[in-house]
Amino acid sequence: MKKFIAAYRNRFSKTTRQNTLTFGMVIFAYLFVEAVLRTGNMSSLLQGLLVPLCIYAILAVSLNLTVGILGELSLGHAGFMCVGAFTGSFFSVCTAGTMPNLLRFIIALLIGTLSAAFFGFIIGIPVLRLQGDYLAIVTLAFGEIIKNLVNVLYIGRDESGFHFSLKDTMSLNMNGGEVIVNGPQGISGTPKDSNFTIGIILLIITLIIVLNLIHSRTGRAVMAIRDNRIAAESVGINITKYKLLAFSISAGLAGLAGVIYAHNLATLTALPKNFGYNMSIIILVFVVLGGIGNIRGSVIAAVVLTLLPELLRGLNDYRMLIYSIVLIVMMLINWSPKLVMYKEVLLNKIPFIAKRRKEEE
Amino acid sequence: MSFISYLINGISLGSVYAIIALGYTMVYGIAKMLNFAHGDVIMVGAFTIFTAMGQANLPPAVAVLISIVVCTVLGVVIERIAYRPLRGTAPLAVLITAIGVSYFLQNVALLRFGANSKSFTSVVGVKPLSLANGELIITGETLVTIISGVVIVIVLTLFVRKTKPGQAMLAVSEDKDAAKLMGVNVNGTIALTFAIGSALAAIAGALLCSAYPSLSPYTGSMPGIKGFVAAVFGGIGSIPGAMIGGILLGVIEILSKAYISSQLADAIVFAVLIIVLLVKPTGILGRNINEKV
Repeated sequence: MKKFIAAYRNRFSKTTRQNTLTFGMVIFAYLFVEAVLRTGNMSSLLQGLLVPLCIYAILAVSLNLTVGILGELSLGHAGFMCVGAFTGSFFSVCTAGTMPNLLRFIIALLIGTLSAAFFGFIIGIPVLRLQGDYLAIVTLAFGEIIKNLVNVLYIGRDESGFHFSLKDTMSLNMNGGEVIVNGPQGISGTPKDSNFTIGIILLIITLIIVLNLIHSRTGRAVMAIRDNRIAAESVGINITKYKLLAFSISAGLAGLAGVIYAHNLATLTALPKNFGYNMSIIILVFVVLGGIGNIRGSVIAAVVLTLLPELLRGLNDYRMLIYSIVLIVMMLINWSPKLVMYKEVLLNKIPFIAKRRKEEE
Repeated sequence: MSFISYLINGISLGSVYAIIALGYTMVYGIAKMLNFAHGDVIMVGAFTIFTAMGQANLPPAVAVLISIVVCTVLGVVIERIAYRPLRGTAPLAVLITAIGVSYFLQNVALLRFGANSKSFTSVVGVKPLSLANGELIITGETLVTIISGVVIVIVLTLFVRKTKPGQAMLAVSEDKDAAKLMGVNVNGTIALTFAIGSALAAIAGALLCSAYPSLSPYTGSMPGIKGFVAAVFGGIGSIPGAMIGGILLGVIEILSKAYISSQLADAIVFAVLIIVLLVKPTGILGRNINEKV
């Protein structure tokens, strides 16, 4: 076994090893969950969380592309998710029954992803000129605008085609037909196509896209912009192009998560809870707690922090209180210079870890 | 006449936003962090008044004073426990901690008072003002809110310009290390900033809930975000900027609610913010900082 590990270390680069670990972790988790599902030992509550776990993981990975790799703080990620959810769901409701379910779902995923990426591109052109906290507040503003607009959007369909309105169902001037997007009531009747297997497959696709991007020439250019914009510009990197590219891909993947989300619910509505800035902040918490720029960390943090409130359910009313305390304490332990130093000293006292660290040096 | 009354309502709401924005802007100017828990300090202040008036039957003025003291202490304690250990690290880390503090305050309020919204008794005892033969009525809350907004901005500006602690704040916000070398107590100054910001939050909470009398653990979060937007709008770090930003935001919000659509009011507010930032990337009164290579 030792020999095998040594051979593996020598044969493959560090990147390959890290990526294998990430994918291996996801696949292992999938097999483990499937095995538990087969034995029937999983509570229905936990079963209901499986698809949301995949959605959160995809969202965290995609936001990490903006926050960790591009180095810009975005507080409007839920807005892109909203775009993806509504376009994907709209397509599915419109074409229900005209083509095989799987094909329709795949097209819905593509449409949701592309339209969210398109929104990311359009929003990115003005937004990415700003910097730091100003950029954060503008992305927050865009997220809220998207959510508000969806809440007053009415789309109906009859023989003469589609009708749009921003007022109410009456002003659609419909001739019979059906109302598909009904303002605050949202879209109902989206087919329930999402399941855990599809969620995991899409998570793996997301990971492949993001990890390949990071380790490509493009990814290195994006990271160069993050580390020093002026130096990057002076060696001939097109700042706008790479920033927009990374931002749009990040938005598109959030849209992908949105499509899965929409196809996991019977009725899709844009509430502050699911597409408001609170959601964007929850995703940001996953990214920061998992490690900024660390893709595997994002997946782990998304899973742990989604499960944590459920595991604390026994404590009833106190669970969100404990969640918030855990969040603060974890941030302090991981980031406070003093506590980080204590942690290092303590870790070095454990013989096993000290030995491994010496070997690595 | 209805336009003028909308305008006055807008200025009143804007004054509340301005008071919240002042708290944001001072903390941001000095600690370079977005204090996401600021909105929840407003909520704590309002609940303190609610308890003091409803359960202890104290007069409104005393209740407001108690709330200011509670919020000031809370602000300093939050800074000491949650923010100071992280000073100098990544701004994102402090932001997430602030979000943690925000969740914490909301959930403490949720446990103590429940999720249902309470009806808040106004702390303002001023009689409504009737103008133009009773066609235009200005409520006491509106009057008091606008006047307190103006007074607070003047007092704060004088405090920062004329007093020693105020000068220390300016120095720390300019350059922390240089200020330390010149003998400024940096930790003390930052704690003082949080104390003032949180006291302002308590006042904002009292005024906000007097004008819009419903109180729940989530009351503070949206006004908190709006206060933040107002601070950015006017140029973050600038005291008169926060006032202008707050009032503009309030007026735009009320006018779009009245004339365009009540559902789209927030979207319009945010759209105006985006346009302002695209034209003037550091806000209306923000200073342009040239980048050095």
